[in-house]
This record gives sequence, structure tokens and C-alpha cells, in this order.
Amino acid sequence: MTDDRQTEDRRTEEEQIVESQTDQGGTEERDTEDEQTGGDRIEGVEQAAQVGHSDDDALLPELVSHLRDHRTPLRQQWAERITQAHLLSSMTAQEVFSEATSVYDNYVEVLETGSVQALQHYARDLSERIIPRGVETHEVIGIVLLLRDVLARSLFEKYREDFELLNRVLDAYEPAANRIANTVAVSFVEQRERVIRDQQDALVELSTPVLQVRERLLILPIIGVLDTVRAQQLTEQLLHGIRVHRAKLVVIDITGVANVDEAVANSLVDTVTASRLMGADVIITGLSSEIAQTLVTIGVDLSKMHTVGDLQGGIEEAERQLGFRVLKVPDEG
Amino acid sequence: MKGDGAGTDSSPLPASILSQGSNLIVSIHAALDDEQLLRLQRDLLDLVGEKRSRGVLIDVAALDVLDSFAARTLGDLAYMAGLRGARTVVVGITPEVAMALVRLAVRMPLTQTALDLEEGLAWLGS
Repeated sequence: MTDDRQTEDRRTEEEQIVESQTDQGGTEERDTEDEQTGGDRIEGVEQAAQVGHSDDDALLPELVSHLRDHRTPLRQQWAERITQAHLLSSMTAQEVFSEATSVYDNYVEVLETGSVQALQHYARDLSERIIPRGVETHEVIGIVLLLRDVLARSLFEKYREDFELLNRVLDAYEPAANRIANTVAVSFVEQRERVIRDQQDALVELSTPVLQVRERLLILPIIGVLDTVRAQQLTEQLLHGIRVHRAKLVVIDITGVANVDEAVANSLVDTVTASRLMGADVIITGLSSEIAQTLVTIGVDLSKMHTVGDLQGGIEEAERQLGFRVLKVPDEG
Repeated sequence: MKGDGAGTDSSPLPASILSQGSNLIVSIHAALDDEQLLRLQRDLLDLVGEKRSRGVLIDVAALDVLDSFAARTLGDLAYMAGLRGARTVVVGITPEVAMALVRLAVRMPLTQTALDLEEGLAWLGS
């Protein structure tokens, strides 16, 4: 009995399975039908996209050849716009024209190949050439944007009959042009920053010479702006100089320091204190009358510091303390 | 010249006190903790009286760190030794230590400093 029931159950189960399978099959069929119809629609869209895409693909070379064909007038127009906008005023007309030519060719080439690397390289090269001539960032960005405008204008001219086509042409042109403008601007700014960094490094290296003028006497002429970082660096160099030269006296000359504020004065006091800890006394020279007045006005206490009017006086005082005596040799005969 | 044990307390100090002529030369070999610093101060002041020293030289060249407590203790030591009749000079402060002391605004106003042992002895002899 139980077997029968079970077989019955099984049968019904099987039937159910078969039914459900057929059901599934039915739905599957329906699904595939749906997919097919949907697929048709999608394909239609894709086809349209492909048409548009292949169109765009075709557009860019067309655009490039247009720009190549009209190279001379467009370049001329661009150079004129540059002159009108008073950009690159530090360069001669001929230089502007030759740079314009190579920028133009590079520009078109990047539009054609889509590779910005060559342009990056060129932009870096260009920056290297024109930065020392005082060309500003706004000028570089300005000329690239002008070129972009000139070319866009010529495209308007060419495709104005067909608005749809013009739209597609601009779709292809604008992102590429923007990328180019971006690349040139970034390369220029990077190059500029690199130049500034190099100059800063050179300045830091050169800015604080610690010089020995007599046995155990150092001079430290400070020129330029003294900020906290530089004061720190200067103190470090001085302390090492004291150790290396076994200095007993240091003359710090601040004739060349344009501005002494409270922070600078305090860092000088620190320098003197640190030098004393190393066993070297410090004489400060070259306090101008303005600086002396400023220091008194802002209330910096320099009473513990030994100051002498000018560098000569400072060195003479130091020689006296160290026991040197400078004698003038009388003229012979 | 005669070597002298630094202290009678438990561990030996990483510092030695040498007597040379009328001067005491203290050479610190490694960083001292606060307790050891105070012990050094006590031992040294005792010795100044015992040896009737005229000068004390403290060499800190081996130290690459000198904290504010150590700096103050050395300053105090110089002052106390002065009260007992001995001039004190601290020598061998490295550029790094000097910068750190200045940055921490630690002042050793009453302490004479010199570049190294030679300079310090020259100052004591003068």
C-alpha cells in the first residue's frame, strides 16, 4: 500500500516535474522570444551606435585632413589672433610664427593619433625654451585655447550646412582638443615648478657660506630673506662650521638682510645661544639704522648680543679678541 | 693622574671623574638617568671639597641627547661648584645637542661652554 502510494506520489511528482519542465520550457521559449525581440531592438540601437561610431571614426581623419589642407590659412589666422591678443609679446613675430607652426602640427598629429605623449614631450621642450624668456602661464594657455577656437571656428564654417554632422564633428573634436589644452598647460606648469624648485635648491646651497677668515674666526654673511626654515638651516651649518674649523669667534653680517622682524631676531638670538653652547662667541654686524629702530620698536632684547656697526668693525673687533694685530707694511724706499 | 670611582651606590655610573692637577675632569660615557645625574652631582661636589679643586671640566661629547633636566642639573652643578671655589666648563656639546637645547629653550646662563676638552682645559688654565 505504502509502495503504491509512493509510486503514485512519485508518478505525480514526475508528472509535476514534467509539467513544470514543460512550463519552464514554455516560459523559456517566451523568454527567448522576448530576448529576441529585445535583442532586435538592442541590435538596432547598437547598429545605430555603430553607424554613429564608425561615422565618428571616419570623422576624425576627415577633420584632420581638413585641418591639414587648410594648414596655411588657419595657422596664419591663429598667429594673427595671438598678436591681436598681445600674447607672447616677449617673442618676435617670426619666433611666434615658427612656434605656432610646430604647435599646430603637433596639435593636428595628436588629434589624429590620440597619443598625448609626443605632445607632452613637445610641450616640455617648448616650456624649457620659453620659460627663460619670461613667458607667463596665461599666455601659454591662451595660445592653445586660441588655436582651439580657430580650429573650431573653421569646423563651424565647413559643416554649418549640416547641423547634425557639425554636432558629431564637435563631439569628436572637443574632448581631444580639451585634452590637448590640458596636457600643454600641465606640462608648462610642471616645467615651471621644476625650474623654481631647482632655483630654490641652488639658492639654499649657495645662501649660507660659512667662511674662515682667520684661524678660529668665521664669517657668515647672510643675504636675502631670512625665514624660520632658513634660519634653522643656517644655524645647523654654522654649528658644523664651528666644529670643523674649531672656531672661537663668529661674525654674522646681516647687511644683506632686507627685513628683520621679531621671528628673525629671535632666530638670531637662538643662533647665538647655540654657538655659545659650542664654545664660540658671536659678533653681529651690519644692523642698519632702520633695522635698529625696528628692533627697538618691536621690543626685541638684543642686549645679550655683541653687535658692531659694520663687517670691517666686526672683523677688527674679533681679531683684537683673538689676539691678532694687523700691521700695515711701510712702503719700501 | 688618578682614576676615581664615581660613586658608592649600587651600580657604577657611566661616567668617570679624573683628577688632574688642580682640576677635576668629568667624562660622561652614556646617557645618565635623573637619579644617576643627581648622584654624579653629589659625588662631584664632595670631590671638589676633598681635592680642593680650582676647576671642573665636564665632557658631554659622547651624548647625542641632553634633555632639559640634564641641562639644568649641569647648570646647577656649575653654580654649586662655583660656590665651592671651582670654575666649571662644559665641553663637547654637539651641533645637534646645541640645536635641541636652543629649540627647547633650555638656558644654561651661568655655564661656561667650550668646544672640546682641549679648549676647556685652556680656559681653565687661563
